[in-house]
Parts: sequence; C-alpha cells; structure tokens
Amino acid sequence: MNGASPPTAAPDRMAPETLGAALGPPVLSLHAAGVSLGATTALTEVTLTLHRGERLVLVGSNGAGKTTLLRLLHGVLRPRAAAQRQVHRPQPARGGVVGAMVFQRPFFLRLSVRRNLRLALWLHGVPRAGREAQARLALQRVGLEALAERPAHTLSAGQQQRLALARAWALRPEVLFLDEPTASLDPAAKREVEALIDGIAREGVTLVMSTHNLGQAKRLASRVAHLEGGRLLALEPVDRFFGAAPLPAPTRLFLKGELPWTA
Amino acid sequence: MNSIAQSLPIAWSLVTAGDPQLVAVVLLSLRVSALACVFGALLGVAAGAALAVLRFPGQRGVVALLNTLLALPSVVVGLTVYLLLSRSGPLGEFGLLFTPTAMVVAQSLLVMPLIAALTRRLLVSALEQGGEQLHSLGAGPLLRAGLLLAHERLGLVTVLLTAFGRAVSEVGAVMIVGGNIEGVTRVMTTTIALETSKGDLPLALALGLVLLGVVGALHALLALLQARRGQPVEALA
Repeated sequence: MNGASPPTAAPDRMAPETLGAALGPPVLSLHAAGVSLGATTALTEVTLTLHRGERLVLVGSNGAGKTTLLRLLHGVLRPRAAAQRQVHRPQPARGGVVGAMVFQRPFFLRLSVRRNLRLALWLHGVPRAGREAQARLALQRVGLEALAERPAHTLSAGQQQRLALARAWALRPEVLFLDEPTASLDPAAKREVEALIDGIAREGVTLVMSTHNLGQAKRLASRVAHLEGGRLLALEPVDRFFGAAPLPAPTRLFLKGELPWTA
Repeated sequence: MNSIAQSLPIAWSLVTAGDPQLVAVVLLSLRVSALACVFGALLGVAAGAALAVLRFPGQRGVVALLNTLLALPSVVVGLTVYLLLSRSGPLGEFGLLFTPTAMVVAQSLLVMPLIAALTRRLLVSALEQGGEQLHSLGAGPLLRAGLLLAHERLGLVTVLLTAFGRAVSEVGAVMIVGGNIEGVTRVMTTTIALETSKGDLPLALALGLVLLGVVGALHALLALLQARRGQPVEALA
C-alpha cells in the first residue's frame, strides 16, 4: 500500500484480451475484497473475476491465503463489506447451485454413502422423488455405485475424495471449488481424481482449485493465480504464467523454489 | 469391620429376595431420575445447541456461567427449589413440596446445565470438523446443529447417561425437597443416609449395592458405546 497501483488489478484486466474468445460470461467477482480472521488479515485487496468455463488454479506457499480465497469466493466466508463479492447469474443457468466446494478433508455424516448424497440433495431442495436417481447418477459418475451402502467414513482417502466430488457434482454447480483435492492421495488415486476433475470441467463447470503441485496446475489450469501473504501477486493464463509473462519478483522466486520438487 | 461382615449377607439376601420395600425405593429412584433427565435433556440439548451455533452479545458470559454450573452442588439446587416451592414461596400454592414431582423438578434443574454444557462441547468440536461443509451444502446454523447432533448421536447418549448417573446418585436435592418420607419420597440415596444414621446397616448396604449396580451398569453401557463410536448406527439415522 505504498501508493503504487496494487498488483492485483492489472493482470485481471489483461486476462480477457489474452484469453480471447475462449472466455465465457462472468460468474463471480471480487472487488478489492479483504478478509479478517480474528485479529489477523487473511486476504487483502483481492480483485478477481471468474468467467464461465475457465479453470483457475491457485498456487502459493502454506498460509498464503489459498483456502481463504476459496472460502471467500464460495461464500462460506464473508468479505469485510458485502459489496466486495458479487454473484453474476449468466444465462443459460446451469440449474443448480452457484458454488459447491470439495474441502481438503472431506466431511461426511455417519451415514451410508447413498444417504450422504441424498442429504446433500435434500439440503439443496431436490424433491424426494428425484433424490434417489440423482444420487445414483452421481455415484456412477465417480465409479462408486458398488459402495453405495457402505458407511461413508469407512471409505479410503481416494474414495472419500471421489465421493466428495460426486456430492459437489450432484448439486450441478456453476462453479466447483476444490481445496488441494489430491494432497493426501497416492499416485493412482491422484490420477483418478484429476481425471474426474478434468471431466467435470469439460461439462462446462467453472473450476477454482488450489494445489501445491505445479505439474497439476499446468495440466488442469487455464489461468493461474499466485498468492502470497494474503495478496494476489500474479494472475495469468497458464501458458503465460509458466512461459514468457513478466511476473513479479516473489512469483519468479516461488516458481524457482517449487519446480525442483514437482518436476 | 465386624458390622460389614454381619450386614453384608443380610443385605445380599434382601437384594436377591426382591424385598418389596427395597424394590419400591429403587423404582422411585429410577423413575424420578429418568424423568429429570428427560426434562433436563429437552431444555439442555436445545440450550447447548443454541450456544454452540448462535452468536449473541453476552454469549461468553453465558458459557462461562454454564461451565461453572457443571459443578453445581446438589444441596444448593435443593435449597433453591425448596424456597420456590415452600408454602411462603412464589410457587407454594401448588403444594408440590415433599412430593416426587418436587424431586423431579430439583433433579431436572441439577442436570439441565450439565447436559447443556456437555452438548455444547460435543457440538463445538463437531462443528470444527463438519460445520463449514454443511454450511457449504446450504444448511443454516440450527439445521447444522441438528444434523451434527444426529452425527454425534452416540456422544449425545453418553451425555444423557452421564446426567442420569449424576441424578440417581445425588442425595442433597432430593433430601431437601422430598423430605425422605417413607413410601412417598424415599429414594435410594436418602434411604442410605437415613438407615445408616439409624444403625440399620443391612438395608443401607443393600441399597448401596443396588446403587453401585445401577451406576456400574451405566458405565458399562458407556464403555460399550464408546467402543462402538467409530462404527455406524444406521438404525438411528
């Protein structure tokens, strides 16, 4: 805040031109949004517009504000002022919720897989008659129909992550938020979950995802955002982010530091 | 030592023979404490859930007070209810003093804060795990509390059994508001206190054994529930 224009606004304004015709209508936007958690400032002056169909990947070190930004975009966390977050409702509507989120550690009630899905559909207001069919469809989508009657919390980590994806997908969200969806998975489960995420994005769902895996960011992203200390330092299309774009110094350092582990 | 050796066989025969006086006292005890837990739970679970999910001015004070009331001395509850129900008290006209109803009222007041405080703690930790996920799925604060109470149903049963154990083994409150009237308001704990001071040790000891058995059975049930806690109880869902 030294009088210079914040580094957050400029890249976002640049993005539409660089992404060109691929960019859909705006679905969600933040305007100089900030979040305080107790006495600490978790996010400062984040300006960002999500466009339908894009895949935004958030990178940054632990504590950079990735999860906070996801929660803020999703709406489970309030910005300092209500006007800092805006939901656009582009047409045609997808017919479901604005956003659904897959948390880092998925939470399920002590119920069967099927009942957990039906509960989510019930909370979403799906009439009783439609719940069973939609739940079955979602389980088929992630390949868990054989485990429908198992208690959800007895599934393996990879299966739980797929179930969390099924639950989010069942709500037909405009935007799907994913907080490090493959962080604690073995390589095989990681590939499965990544393929599912890719498939869901291809259905036209807008994706916002955090990851520590830059390789995953390269594979899945259409735009990459770098966060540090609760600020959005860089926001670039994926080929520019990992290519020729002039990036701020902390982002260049972050990429240098991260690459050896993820290569 | 000698008196124990003499009394214990007689006490045991009273228990095994199902002595009618003993049975009446045991049944009244269980009935009063079970009813108190039902009423205490109706208010306590609701209050605990509200304190866990709602934010209002003075909430910290209420929570601190509730945690203090966990250690509420039963004689103080007895005294308070006595003052309320006595002839000259505000509720004196109902003539409830020295009736089982008065004992239920006193024990309800005794276990209500206990149930509220323990329910709140149970929910606060459940909310840390799953509160935001349920919020994300569109559940409001009270619905989140309800769903997480169902999620933690075994924990809730544990809370209620703890409350019952506290109620059935307290002597101060029922003694003061019940008056320990034979055949009317005499329960296990008050009988033990009275018979001991009278020197009728076999009956006191027999009741002591039954009380120990009831509390022991409760704790065995608790241990069983806690061992099963990780496992699903679909029937309750």
